[in-house]
Amino acid sequence: MTGTHGTTETAGPVPGPVPPEETEATGRADADPAAVAAVTRAVRAALPPDSVIDDHLRLRTYECDGLAHYKVIPSLVVLPETAEQVAAVVRACSEHGVPFVARGSGTGLSGGALPRADGVLIVTSRMRAVREVRREDQRAVVEPGVINLDITKATTGGGYYFAPDPSSQQICSIGGNLAENSGGAHCLKYGFTTNHVLGAEFVTPQGEIVQLGGLAPDAPGYDLLGAVVGSEGTLGVATSVTVRLVRLPEDVRTLLAGFASTDDAGAATSAIIGAGIVPAAIEMMDALAIEAAEAATHCGYPAGAGAVLVIELDGATAEVDHEFAEVERLCGEHGSFELRVAVDPAERALIWKGRKSAFAAVGRISPDYIVQDGVIPRTSLPQVLRAIADLSSSSGVRVANVFHAGDGNLHPLVLFDDAIEGAGKAAEKVSGAILDLCISSGGSITGEHGVGIDKAAYMPRMFSEDDLDTMQLVRCAFDPDNIANPGKVFPTPRLCGEVPGRHRGAHPLVEAGLAEQF
Amino acid sequence: MSAPTIDLDAARSALGSACGDVTDAGPDDAVDGVPPALVARPASTAEVAEVLRAADAAGLTVVPRGRGTKMTWGRPPERVDLVVDLSRMDAVVDHAAGDLIVEAQAGAPLAAVQETVAGAGQRFALDDPVGDSSVGGALATNLSGPGRVATGTARDLLIGVTVVRSDGVIAKAGGRVVKNVAGYDIGKLFIGSFGTLAVLTQAVFRLHPLPAARRVVTVGFDRPEEAQRLVQQVIHAQVVPGAIEVDRPAEGQGTVAVLLDGIEAGVAGRTATTLRLLGSDAREDADLPPGWGTFPWAAAAPAERQTALKATFALSGLARVLDVARTASAAAGVRLDLRGSGGAGVLYGAVSADADPGAVGSVVDRLRAECTALGGALVVLDGPPAVKAAVDTWGPVPAIDLMQRVKDRFDPERRLAPGRFVGGI
Ligand SMILES: Cc1cc2nc3c(=O)[nH]c(=O)nc-3n(C[C@H](O)[C@H](O)[C@H](O)COP(=O)(O)OP(=O)(O)OC[C@H]3O[C@@H](n4cnc5c(N)ncnc54)[C@H](O)[C@@H]3O)c2cc1C
Repeated sequence: MTGTHGTTETAGPVPGPVPPEETEATGRADADPAAVAAVTRAVRAALPPDSVIDDHLRLRTYECDGLAHYKVIPSLVVLPETAEQVAAVVRACSEHGVPFVARGSGTGLSGGALPRADGVLIVTSRMRAVREVRREDQRAVVEPGVINLDITKATTGGGYYFAPDPSSQQICSIGGNLAENSGGAHCLKYGFTTNHVLGAEFVTPQGEIVQLGGLAPDAPGYDLLGAVVGSEGTLGVATSVTVRLVRLPEDVRTLLAGFASTDDAGAATSAIIGAGIVPAAIEMMDALAIEAAEAATHCGYPAGAGAVLVIELDGATAEVDHEFAEVERLCGEHGSFELRVAVDPAERALIWKGRKSAFAAVGRISPDYIVQDGVIPRTSLPQVLRAIADLSSSSGVRVANVFHAGDGNLHPLVLFDDAIEGAGKAAEKVSGAILDLCISSGGSITGEHGVGIDKAAYMPRMFSEDDLDTMQLVRCAFDPDNIANPGKVFPTPRLCGEVPGRHRGAHPLVEAGLAEQF
Repeated sequence: MSAPTIDLDAARSALGSACGDVTDAGPDDAVDGVPPALVARPASTAEVAEVLRAADAAGLTVVPRGRGTKMTWGRPPERVDLVVDLSRMDAVVDHAAGDLIVEAQAGAPLAAVQETVAGAGQRFALDDPVGDSSVGGALATNLSGPGRVATGTARDLLIGVTVVRSDGVIAKAGGRVVKNVAGYDIGKLFIGSFGTLAVLTQAVFRLHPLPAARRVVTVGFDRPEEAQRLVQQVIHAQVVPGAIEVDRPAEGQGTVAVLLDGIEAGVAGRTATTLRLLGSDAREDADLPPGWGTFPWAAAAPAERQTALKATFALSGLARVLDVARTASAAAGVRLDLRGSGGAGVLYGAVSADADPGAVGSVVDRLRAECTALGGALVVLDGPPAVKAAVDTWGPVPAIDLMQRVKDRFDPERRLAPGRFVGGI
């Protein structure tokens, strides 16, 4: 289904013009049965019997990720337990030219873990060991299937946590986080997965196991890890991840502020940032999103608010005290008519509950919806929100806005009723137009959900052909045969071919005349 | 590899039509002792592209240069025909204060960028331990200073780049917003690449608020384990340090210095806590200690150049690194001063200029073995020619084959700074 973007949550499948099974991006089940059979044989020889799935019924369990309206049944699913097993699977794929797709928990929202009909799905759910917690080094070494929140659970006793906190943190895997460079509500202050992954053991698409980065920072050589994080499984499979542990703050303070309009809430956000305050999080919801959250969770958000801000500050107590007073003052100055301060963890949880349940809550006010993910420069917030409102009123498609206001990451929820003829199409059009607004304001087509299969077609709107070609040079270096999650991220694959005039770099000994190279 | 012959006159005229400012190279243009023939000073990304296309057509080998402060870092290139000097591209293109970002050309001095944003109470958190570094040079060498403990390094600050490939193609990656996962984050590949992948021409960075107040707490130490204990005490506390520096000259006491910065109300309290943590000998200062934020070596002519080391290690390895550095240098009979971000697992070392290359080599070997065992590495950033000739400066690098393949794709003809980087890249 080309042209759809964002998650569509529906009661049934959304009919699209082209079933994904038949697109080039997802392959054909009957493309090369002999190659798949050869890979299956090789994999059976290397993995325990119950780690290999090829019966149709069980294969179907893996037909989609969090972007559930794309469905493709893979040829083979494997559940390896070690890096060596992953490497054996990938080597077999490489040898027979069979594509593979890595999958963590399958919560991705851009179809990144959508299987290939002609390929192997490598699922990391049996690689869930927290191998080492190294408090003295402020690091943990974990297997790729480890659930994000489990790293924090394993380290809070020692006063530490893993900072990236996607809303899906109770189920998503660190391998998926790495591949998507996931963020969370608190990335405004603490950064994204890329800032918290220091090393990875990695299986290249040719089946080699390499170590990228490690416990120490600044590994010499190219920062391949930096390129791998966020590459959505198209450069290989992470089999172990070394993460930074962050010291828990002395104090955390959460506040809910009600405003008459998103303009006022936006102005308050700008004023806070302008005052040199970096809150751990600033989240905004508009009236429609508040209505949905209220209906679903009774979170008690201020009645009649046109917008609310959820603001969280953390750090040393004295700083938090001081900045909190500033934030209260700035919200008041910008028209906040109600300020609610969480005095205990229960109240804090209630404030967050409304925000965190917002996506699902929209189901209360609309049978179907698309979750969009785009980024704008924070200062364009008022203009872009007005443009979205205009889009909504001119098309008659309702849009609820929930977003990470601090970093300009919008999650518009485009509402529709698929039972109404043409409503899905109209919603898709609005959703696409919002992405165009993001691009024209100098932002990005995705802040955290990734490109996957869903937004590959939008990449040329943001990047030139030369930009994309340059990214694909990296792809060709890692995966010359284009077998690692092909069809994702890039609208058209680059034919890698042979490297012209390729020769190896001279070893220092050759330079010194101590050895002959040719 | 026999050096291809180059028609210099033809190259000069082709470059001349690509860029208004092309001159014959002088002795000061040598790259770590390797003399180029020509220097081009393009004024825009488009001109850099023209220059690289002309260089590609003429078969010239190119080394990019910012403000020329680290041209001796890395290994000497196998050859250099053309230096592409970016010092004319020194504009701070845009400071979007409300969005906390700044965009600058590669030749802009870090200090100029810092000054621009400071006007709006903001901080460009890339420290310049060398002094007079350009944006491009700082990125290409992955320069960092004390602030890395709090704000990270170039990879945490860079959000968008424009580069010119060796074939003259202009490419951008990232963008102007901090949160962005569209496409590969290839900006990170150019950080620390020593000009071997592409020529950086423009960069966008995220900014931080300028702290209103700062205080430094320092305490002396004699034994390596004491230094480690002090550093561990600070990192496990909740004082949110802005920097944790360890300074250990070849003889005498060492110092642990902790920077506390932020708003006055907070700094006072965190300083008091840090003083308590570090014991009765700890002192509080409003000023940064001498040598703060500089490398332990001094700029010098080749013959008087010290050997510059960079050691990285897991945080809990600090004592072992300090210990091995002292015992190995004593055994080799050379002077070794250390200083760096002990709280980030990074120390820089300076070996005296008159040290025998073999002796330097033995110190490098022992420290390298230790750092590698501690999950890090030991790199010889710079040194006198005799030391560079005798020592494996980069050392063994994991995943070198994959790095070589990336280089082959970006620069198949090896036009860019050949031989300057790891594994002969
Ligand atoms: C309710 C909900 C809320 C969400 N909230 C957020 C949020 O706040 N912030 C955010 O950033 N995202 C969010 N997401 C998106 C999603 O949870 C993240 O992208 C997450 O990181 C995906 O992890 P996963 O284990 O489910 O990965 P999967 O969906 O299984 O895979 C995602 C991608 O990673 C690749 N991959 C998986 N494992 C590996 C590996 N070991 N090596 C290489 N590649 C691998 C896959 O091939 C695929 O391309 C949300 C999703 C849901 C459903």
